[in-house]
Amino acid sequence: MIIFYFFVAAVLLNVVWVVAKYNSLITLRNVVTNGWKQIDVQLKRRHDLIPNLVNTVRGQMQFEQETLEKVIQARIAAVSAKGVADAAAKEDVLSSALTKLFALVENYPTLRSNENVQQLQEELTSTENKISFARQFYNDIATKFNIAQQLFPTNTIASMFNFKTAELFEIKIDAERQVPTVDLSLNKK
Amino acid sequence: MTAIIVILYITVLALMGFAIDVLLLGLPNDEVPLPVMTILTFGTATGLAIRGLYSGWIAVLKSTGAVAANPKDPLQKQLLDVVEEMKIAAGLPMPKVYVIHDYDFNALTMGSDPQHCAMAVTDSLLKETTREELQGVIAHEMSHIRNYDIRLMTIIASLVGEVVLISDTLTGRLKGRIESSVNCSTGGGWIFMIPLYIIIWLIGVVIVPVILKVMAMGVSRNREYLADASGAELTRNPASLASALRKIGCDRIPTFSIKRGTAHICIVDPTGSGFNDKEGWIAEVFGTHPPLLKRIRNLEAMAYRIRPQLPYAPPTPN
Repeated sequence: MIIFYFFVAAVLLNVVWVVAKYNSLITLRNVVTNGWKQIDVQLKRRHDLIPNLVNTVRGQMQFEQETLEKVIQARIAAVSAKGVADAAAKEDVLSSALTKLFALVENYPTLRSNENVQQLQEELTSTENKISFARQFYNDIATKFNIAQQLFPTNTIASMFNFKTAELFEIKIDAERQVPTVDLSLNKK
Repeated sequence: MTAIIVILYITVLALMGFAIDVLLLGLPNDEVPLPVMTILTFGTATGLAIRGLYSGWIAVLKSTGAVAANPKDPLQKQLLDVVEEMKIAAGLPMPKVYVIHDYDFNALTMGSDPQHCAMAVTDSLLKETTREELQGVIAHEMSHIRNYDIRLMTIIASLVGEVVLISDTLTGRLKGRIESSVNCSTGGGWIFMIPLYIIIWLIGVVIVPVILKVMAMGVSRNREYLADASGAELTRNPASLASALRKIGCDRIPTFSIKRGTAHICIVDPTGSGFNDKEGWIAEVFGTHPPLLKRIRNLEAMAYRIRPQLPYAPPTPN
């Protein structure tokens, strides 16, 4: 009789263990899928944010550049004016261009191209970091899942319930492994 | 670990309540009177523990004068970006980020679980560290959240504070009791109560806070090493935290914004005393943080810059 009870207890314990391990493998598999999709979240953010940000900064820089260029041209014209009426007309043009420049300087007390470019830099760095950390997290959690599947007692039930090892994130294009060249010289087109 | 501490705390306080019941109501013989004090202290202890867990950290945060991080300021925007990167690497939700105005470098984190937590950094730390070093510090704090250290530390901070409060109240009450016994002299027997009073006072005022503090210290130090290592696992760059700790260690100014009771949740000891840097066994038992040099050496060993360190080896001249 006692033997029968032991047998029942052993079977029950086994069932409990199988259920617990199966549930933990399911949880890990879902976290791995989630991790993979989180990379896509960051990629989409990069895709949506960066082109708009670059255009905004370029637009602002161009606006400042155009205003400054108009002032320079007006000044050159005024300096090379011949005759009083001509000089007066060209000085008027210069004054109005300068007024536009002063308005610009008043509205943006520090000419902000530098600040905008710095903010853009920070956003670019942060976006790329987020993508790479999302990939790192995916690799970490996929490794954890693979280890959990392959350790000894659990591997007996893992194949039974069709758990497959997760693929780690890997670079497929060899060119991405090369060191990028950084060329800051100003003479290239 | 949190469960052990909370159970210990509630048990000790309930026992103290029981002892008071015995004094006030006599030992139960035939009729058992309602143990009022035991129920009261048990209920209070449980209530305080729950409150300490869920809202204690908000009070502590306010006491440091922390201000929510402002995304318009470039350095604070960088801080917010770094915290977001680390939360992606750790797979956790985003904590609330605060900045404390202080001339000392420090960072701290508190809360009850990853969904309800906050992180604070002093503004001089933001100014002086590079982005990589800041990332190392934030990774260390994020690991505290990931390992649920914050829950443990927050509960200890609030419980220790409340035990002190309770034991003060009890000694006040007990002193009054002794005086009234002397005045009334209602009969024999009261003189045997005095050693009991002293024992209860001893337990309540001296031993329990000390026990809790020692447990907090021991746990806190090992958790700091663990948080260093987990932070390095998040950034894969232990050298960045090592150089951040070097910068932090160079200044000896105490962090004035952070009060004594909350010392053990910061990244380095905010009191500015050299106590934590000694490597003997007293510092091992009573210090809140491990010696800074040892932490830096461990991190640099992780980064393969120096040889791996044995746990109790004497410091080698580099």
